Amino acid sequence: MSADPTQVLAFETDCHIFDGCGFPAPGLHSFLFEPLWGDGDSNLYFNKTMLLALLGSLVIVGFFWAAFAKPKVVPGKLQMVAEAGYDFVRRGIVYETIGKREGEKYVPFMVSLFFFVWMMNLWSIVPLAAFPVTAIISYPLVLAVIVWVTWIALTFKRHGFVGFFKNITGYDPSIGPVLPLSMTIEFFSNLLIRPFTHAVRLFANMFAGHTLLLLFTIASWYLLNGIGIAYAGVSFVMVLVMTLFELFIQAVQAYVFVLLACSYIQGALAEHH
Amino acid sequence: MSPLVQLAAETENPLVPPIPELVIGLIAFVIVFGFLYKKLIPNINKVLEERREAIEGGIEKAEAAQTEAQSVLEQYKAQLAEARHEAARLRQEAQEQGAALIAEMRAEGQRQREEIIAAGHAQIEADRKAAAHTLRQDVGRLATDLAGKLVGESLQDHARQSRVIDRFLDDLEDKADAPSKAEAAR
Repeated sequence: MSADPTQVLAFETDCHIFDGCGFPAPGLHSFLFEPLWGDGDSNLYFNKTMLLALLGSLVIVGFFWAAFAKPKVVPGKLQMVAEAGYDFVRRGIVYETIGKREGEKYVPFMVSLFFFVWMMNLWSIVPLAAFPVTAIISYPLVLAVIVWVTWIALTFKRHGFVGFFKNITGYDPSIGPVLPLSMTIEFFSNLLIRPFTHAVRLFANMFAGHTLLLLFTIASWYLLNGIGIAYAGVSFVMVLVMTLFELFIQAVQAYVFVLLACSYIQGALAEHH
Repeated sequence: MSPLVQLAAETENPLVPPIPELVIGLIAFVIVFGFLYKKLIPNINKVLEERREAIEGGIEKAEAAQTEAQSVLEQYKAQLAEARHEAARLRQEAQEQGAALIAEMRAEGQRQREEIIAAGHAQIEADRKAAAHTLRQDVGRLATDLAGKLVGESLQDHARQSRVIDRFLDDLEDKADAPSKAEAAR
């Protein structure tokens, strides 16, 4: 990362094309925030992403509190919307993957997970916030680890110690001499790589999406000089298009994250495969 | 160099998670999960269950009402048919009774007519006899009176004793009867 101060924050530099300054491209620095409180060198600080994460929690709790605190048999508008979201996760994801009988227990967890991820993604296009919390690896990682721990605990509980190893190594004697190799790969794949990919899939999507949005937003501003104004218009249209696209990707990524979590849980509950 | 750039230089790898963010992320998720798990999802599940029951109950009620309406309708139809039968039976009975009454009255009328006629005949016969008797006495007396005036003395006692007049009158009657008998024979 070059340490050119002009590349730090696009909007702080009043720089346009033909003014003799370079394009302040977005980069890793766009995902770093100065602490709002505390010291960045120690582990005691509070920054924008933390604020957004907590605010997001409050938004979700507030929304569902308003909808479900005093639910009616004949629902109002808000309750109907919340019920639709709840039902989507319950029937559309949990029942579909784990099944109704075993899945009912995991519905609250999966609903929380879905709306949490979605809300954190949504911050990306909320004015003033304008940053997807899940584009910071910590947040997806926490969630992935919770799912991972649940999965391991469930596998142990369901299959016992030997069953656990058979389950995560995909033990299957019928495949013959390649069994040790297969078991090694499966072991690493399931136990170590799985939580990593689970977290990184979400993180990278939101990271890339935010970078694209930044790129076109910065470009719209940077090109706003002379003949560049025409291109700035194109860039701004791209901002709108990308915002809509992000809106879609945010929901899809939340869906995928929860779907994977469900399929892991389902794998733990299933008999040896 | 600004502090932000220093920070960027220190933690360049975006895949290395800082501890505070992990903690806050965990807290944020636990808040959401806690509220949904402890209160809100049990709440809505209860209401969804109630709604399902209400809908099923409603359907059951409607079915019960329909069955009842059907049975009541059949009952009414049965009663209506019965009433029609009853009415027909009553009409039949009334007709029969009416016919019987008419026949009875006719018989009664006939009987009364015959009685009246018979009484009339008897009366006429009695009157005739009485008239004939009276006439006979009168004729006898008149004849005796007339003959006494002609003879100059009262013949009444003698006539009564001798029954002359009666004999005479009997003869007269016989003579009067003869031509009518001859006429009847002819």
